[in-house]
Amino acid sequence: MRIAREFLRRPTAVFGLIVVLLVVIGALAAPLIAPYAPDEQLFDGLTLEGAPIGPDAAFLLGTDTLGRDLLTRLLFGARTSLIIGVVANGTAVAIGLGVGMLAGYLRGPAGNALMRFTDLMMAFPALLLAIVLAALFHPSLWIVAMVIAMVNWVQVARIVYTETRGLVERDFILAERSLGAGHGRIVFRHVLPHLMPTAIVWGTLGIATTVLLEATLSFLGVGVQPPEPSWGNIIFESQSFFTSAPWLVIFPGIAILLTALSFNLVGDALRDILDPTQRGRM
Amino acid sequence: MTDMSGDIRTAPVLSVDGLTVDALTDRGAKRVLDAVSFCLAAGETLCLAGESGSGKSVTSLSVMRLLPRASLRIVSGSIKLGDRDLTGLGERAMREVRGRDVAMIFQEPMTSLNPVMTIGKQLLEPILIHQGGNEASARAQALRMLDAVQITEPARRLRQYPHELSGGMRQRVMIAMALSCRPKVLIADEPTTALDVTVQAQILKLMRELKGEFGTSTILITHDMGVVAEMADRVAVMKDGRLVEIGSAVDIFERPTETYTRELIAAVPRIGARTGTDGPPAVTAEAKAAPLAEKSLEPVLAVQNLKVTYGARASLFGRKAGQLAVDGVSFELRAGRTLGLVGESGSGKSTTGKAVLGLIPYEGYVAIDGEELMDLSVRAMRPVRRLAQMIFQDPYASLDSRMTIGAAIAEPMLIHGIGDRTDRADRVAELLRRVGLTPDVASRYPHEFSGGQRQRICIARALSLKPKLIVADESVAALDVSVRAKVLDLMLELQETEGLAYLFISHDMAVIERMSHDVAVMNGGRIVEYGSRRAVFENPEEDYTRRLIAAVPIPDPSQRHLAMTG
Repeated sequence: MRIAREFLRRPTAVFGLIVVLLVVIGALAAPLIAPYAPDEQLFDGLTLEGAPIGPDAAFLLGTDTLGRDLLTRLLFGARTSLIIGVVANGTAVAIGLGVGMLAGYLRGPAGNALMRFTDLMMAFPALLLAIVLAALFHPSLWIVAMVIAMVNWVQVARIVYTETRGLVERDFILAERSLGAGHGRIVFRHVLPHLMPTAIVWGTLGIATTVLLEATLSFLGVGVQPPEPSWGNIIFESQSFFTSAPWLVIFPGIAILLTALSFNLVGDALRDILDPTQRGRM
Repeated sequence: MTDMSGDIRTAPVLSVDGLTVDALTDRGAKRVLDAVSFCLAAGETLCLAGESGSGKSVTSLSVMRLLPRASLRIVSGSIKLGDRDLTGLGERAMREVRGRDVAMIFQEPMTSLNPVMTIGKQLLEPILIHQGGNEASARAQALRMLDAVQITEPARRLRQYPHELSGGMRQRVMIAMALSCRPKVLIADEPTTALDVTVQAQILKLMRELKGEFGTSTILITHDMGVVAEMADRVAVMKDGRLVEIGSAVDIFERPTETYTRELIAAVPRIGARTGTDGPPAVTAEAKAAPLAEKSLEPVLAVQNLKVTYGARASLFGRKAGQLAVDGVSFELRAGRTLGLVGESGSGKSTTGKAVLGLIPYEGYVAIDGEELMDLSVRAMRPVRRLAQMIFQDPYASLDSRMTIGAAIAEPMLIHGIGDRTDRADRVAELLRRVGLTPDVASRYPHEFSGGQRQRICIARALSLKPKLIVADESVAALDVSVRAKVLDLMLELQETEGLAYLFISHDMAVIERMSHDVAVMNGGRIVEYGSRRAVFENPEEDYTRRLIAAVPIPDPSQRHLAMTG
């Protein structure tokens, strides 16, 4: 109740929530509200010269180089991109949180081993790793999501590790130990809650980079396979036509930007609302 | 030296008139400084004394015009340096004033020096900015300044980095920097608070000597009434953003007119106050009527030949020997008694406290209530843990900011599986009442309380398992004097009613004297003197103990001793 009330007091957060909800509804209801089929190459979707058509009454956002309706593809693409953005990024944050927290809490040889492994993953070119993984497993939406998670958890782990090391040095952790608290209690009741702001920021900011990484993979042919649309691969398919058909890049670009921004606004608000120290003093 | 009567015969160097400052918050403006007026005469030392939040630092930052622009704003009033009003100056003109006319030294000499610049570079900077001239003449002046602040080998110091100097030396460098352009006004914001008491005595002595040599008017900001009494010509007492009282040091200490000033001075623990007694003062009525007899014979805590080594580790290239932080410490502590562990920073007193509770690895023998701790696992240690609890220096840092205080106090019982939910809630309410808080605050978070209240909460948490021993590590060092006195009284009361034993770790000799039955003086990881409090304080055997006691500033201007004897 309090969370909802505080949330509604923040106009930017409400804006973010509305956009996120619209994107989710759009993605879920794509088959119902999309004017065409996503992979249908419409006869009147191209000019007589074979060029894509800009936004007009029949095609609200224009068509692409194969004469497919862009609005339709964006709606269906939202499904892919949301799954990638939320699942892949969520998994990455969860893994990073786990590894970083464990390494930061354990320290010593075990912690060092974990962090050296993280550094190794970090030093490995992310794209190369993704390509190798994607080549080993036949690319499907879920495989792509997992590949992205495997690549993206590293930065989170690094940051969480540093934060955890700072946290475990703090007096209240020492106080817990002096009370006889076990490791599980210290980690889950006292360390984890303090890492939530970081997790929330990464969980929302990471969505944009994840969607773009998926686009890169798609472009290289190891991501979501055409003709299945994703926001990323729509941009990549069309980027060479940017000067002649700019709408093909601009609209999916706006979709990615607005979605990422909205997740971020929601995340920021949640971080502040869930932090008890942000509330009034006695 | 100026006269002590408090009236100003010459024109003031600095006059602050009706200074009012607002803090800008989400919920509108909040007044933090309300019509503060005072003058500073030539060559005079004015002490701004007060507790945290009284507006001392805001006053000094206003004079420097260094208030954070986004959050604090001067609403009205004037700050006149000579006949120039600083409140009206632009940033460029103000930069000319800073360092040349008004200079400032800060509390923490390590953080106010740039760690990656040599002392020489930092010392030359203000000289070159404000006096121009070439590097050679600036260097010559820097050397003269280091000489003036009595730093040995000044030429070598210029090439050194801040971390190569001790805390006291760093503060001397800061003073040299501040005085290098011969400012009219020097603002010293808690200049000795972060220093050990013997170093503090040296720095205070130096500041007095420099005052004679340079004739600089000084505003000394401090919470320590002992330092005030040692240094001040005049004293301005501040509270909640107002100037409560201003007058000569003798008047303020001997004839305070305001109740608050009286309370403030009364709350200051004085060394020597317990001379002629064997233990701390009785607080409860029962204890006053019938002083506790020495009852239990078995020590609650026994420590023999305790050693703690830092930084030792085995690596591929052989064993790296560590540094011995605690070197063969032995003592024992019985129920209902307090052992004061006193020493300067780096003496190993806190390390000893942590080792005793098994929080860090150690060698030697430690037994709590007859049970040896060594090599017990976390699980096997739990029953012993119940008997020994710790109270930390910073109550805010030692409470989880994301947990309600009710949950924090109940947590030890949860860990040890004591009682069910309602039992625990009852016990939390009882404990809160016990430490002087109301039970309805249990659902609040730590940041909603004041420092003293938070320390009470920490005490309640420590008491929740009915321990026999409490290790109190600088537990009142972060508290204001008036709050400190109350927390100490609470601790004494709990000792009388619950029969607690305290291992009371502190750098503050006066607090140690008030609380302890026995005292162990630590230096360089060893106990140099150990005996009853009365013996240690009244007839110290060791030279080091005598120096420690002599270095404590006495809150009475008629008993100034530091600057005179050193």
